[in-house]
Amino acid sequence: MADAAQATGGAEAPVLDVIDLKKHFPVKKGLFGGGNAKVHAVDGVSFHINQGETLGLVGESGCGKSTVGRTVLRLLNPTEGTIKLSGRDVTHLSKQDMRPVRREMQIIFQDPYSSLNPRMSAGDIVGEMLRVHGMGNGEERRTRVAELFERVGLRKAQMDSFPHEFSGGQRQRIGIARALALNPKVIIGDEPVSALDVSIQAQVINLLMDLQKEFNLSYLFIAHDLAVVEHISHRIAVMYLGRIVEYTDKKTLFTNPKHPYTEALLSAVPIPDPRLKRKKLVLEGDVPSPINPPSGCHFHTRCPYAEERCRVDSPVLREVAPGQMVACHLR
Amino acid sequence: MVDIDHQAELTKAGAHVTGRWSKLMFFARRYPLGAIGAVIVVIFVLSALFADVIAPRDPLQTLASASLKAPSSGFVMGADMMGRDVLSRIIHGARISLTVGVASILLGGFIGVVVGLMSGYLLGWFDLLMQRLIDIMQALPLLVLALVMAASLGPSLENTIIAISIPLVPNVARVVRSSTLSLREMPFVEAARAAGMSEFRVAARHVLPNTLAPLIVLFTAQLGSAILVEASLSFLGLGVPEPHPSWGRMLSESAAEYVRVAPWLVIFPGLAISLAVFGTNLFGDALRDILDPRQRS
Repeated sequence: MADAAQATGGAEAPVLDVIDLKKHFPVKKGLFGGGNAKVHAVDGVSFHINQGETLGLVGESGCGKSTVGRTVLRLLNPTEGTIKLSGRDVTHLSKQDMRPVRREMQIIFQDPYSSLNPRMSAGDIVGEMLRVHGMGNGEERRTRVAELFERVGLRKAQMDSFPHEFSGGQRQRIGIARALALNPKVIIGDEPVSALDVSIQAQVINLLMDLQKEFNLSYLFIAHDLAVVEHISHRIAVMYLGRIVEYTDKKTLFTNPKHPYTEALLSAVPIPDPRLKRKKLVLEGDVPSPINPPSGCHFHTRCPYAEERCRVDSPVLREVAPGQMVACHLR
Repeated sequence: MVDIDHQAELTKAGAHVTGRWSKLMFFARRYPLGAIGAVIVVIFVLSALFADVIAPRDPLQTLASASLKAPSSGFVMGADMMGRDVLSRIIHGARISLTVGVASILLGGFIGVVVGLMSGYLLGWFDLLMQRLIDIMQALPLLVLALVMAASLGPSLENTIIAISIPLVPNVARVVRSSTLSLREMPFVEAARAAGMSEFRVAARHVLPNTLAPLIVLFTAQLGSAILVEASLSFLGLGVPEPHPSWGRMLSESAAEYVRVAPWLVIFPGLAISLAVFGTNLFGDALRDILDPRQRS
C-alpha cells in the first residue's frame, strides 16, 4: 500500500508544498535590551506531501516540529518562506481569505484533554466546524456529526456527552472527527498519539490509516516516537534544531540512515530482543539553545564525527543516494 | 464477592433524572446548602416583588404613639423612632437593596467581562491602558470610589447603581483577563482558530464560558459588598433618597443613636443583609458546580 501510494503520488503536484519555511520568535531581553534576540524555532525547512501520503516529522522536543505544524496551518505567521496548498500560495493570505482554505487543512492535537472545550458537548464540538462554515441546517449537521462519530468508532448516543465523560482514546477520536468534519485534504497530527496508552495508540494509528485510505487524506505526522512514525509514514523528515537533517522514504531511513543524528535517534529505539547486539550511538549533552544556535552545522556540538568545517559551514540538504536527502558534509 | 445494586448506583448518579422538576429535586438533594441558599434568595425576591401585599403596614406611615416600640404582636419587629413598622420597611427595603445589589453587579460585571476579555485578547496598548486604569481604581477602596461617583452624579436610584457598579469593574476585569490569558493558549482555542472561526466567536463561545466558575463566585461575593456600600451611601445622603426604605440606611441611621434603647432597629435590618448575602453565596457556590458539565454526572 505504502509503495503504491508513493508511486502514484510522485507524479502529480503535491497537496502541501513548504519551501524554505522560517519562523523566528523575538525574545525580550529586559527593559533596554532591545528586540534583537530571536528564537530560531524553524530555520529553513522545505518538504512536500503528496495526496494520500504521510510524511512523518520527527525530532526531540524543542526542535521546532510543532512550530512547523502551526506555521503551516497559519496559526502562526511565518517569518520567511512559502506554503502552498494544492498549488496555491497561502503564505500571506489574510484572515478572511484563509477561512475557506482552512476547510482543506485541519489539525489533531497532542493532548486530548485540553484540545476539547470542556463546556461543549462532543456533538457540538464536531458540529461547530460545519456551522462555522455554513454547511447544512441543524438537522443535516446532526446527521453528518452522527456519521462522523460512527466513522471514528464512537456511538451516536455519545454526541450529547461532555468531554470529561470520555476516555483519552475516545477524546482523541472526537478530535479526529472534528478534523474530518470539513472533508480536509491535509491533516496535521501534532503528536496525536503520544499522550495515549500504547494499546490505544495502535487503535488510533490504525483508525488514522483507515481514514487515509478511505478519504485519500494526506498527513503531516509530527512525533518523537520513531516506532509510531515507522508504522504510519511513507516518508520521514528528521528535524534537529529548526532544520531538516535527513529526508527520505521510510525504508531507507530505518535500514540505511546517513545523518549522524538519525543514527543516534535510531539506536535509541529499544528492540525487544536481548540477544541482538548492535552499535549504539549515544549522544552527549543537551540540545543547544535555539536563541543562539551553533555556527555551521547545528549538530556539530554533539556529533561524534564533527570536523573543523562543520563548525564553519552550514551543510545544505542534498541528495546523497536516490531519494535520500541528507544535510551533512561527511556523507 | 460484592453485590452491586445497579439500580441504586444509577439512581445515585442521577440516571432517572429527566423532567425539569425532578432535575430540580435531584440538584436540591445533591447540594443541600445550595438549596437552602436558593430558598433564601427566592424568599427575598418574592418579598421584593409582592412587598405591597405581604407587608402588614405602610412602610412610610408614621405613628407617634408607636415610636421606638419594642417587637410585639402589633409590630413584629418593633417600630422605629418615627413609629414606622420595621418589618414592613424591611420587606419593602428588599426592593431597593436587591435592585441596587443585582443591578450594580450586572452592570459592573458586564463592563468588567467586556474589558477583561478584550484586554486578555487584544493585549498590546489596549491592555496596557486598561490595566493602568484598573490599577488606579484599585488603589482606592470600593466605598471611596463609590462616594466620589455618587457625589458627582447626585442621589437617585439609577445613580446609586452606577456609582456602585463602576468600582466593581476592576475585580471582574482582572479575573476575566487572567483566565483569558491562559485560555487563549489552550489547544481547543487553537482548534477553533484552525477551523476559521471569527475572533468574536472564539471569545464568546470558547473563552468566556470557561471563565464562568470564578465569575459566579465573585458575583455572589460582591453582592454583599454592593448592598453594604449602598447602605453607606444612603447613610451619607448620597444613595437612594428618603423616605424609601433601604436596609443599609435603616441600619446605619439607627446604629449610633438607638442601639442601646432599641436594638431591634439594628438587629433586624442587619439580619436581612446578612441573610441575603449568605443566601446568595450558598446559591452561587451550588450554581457554579451545577453549571460545570464536569460536575454534573
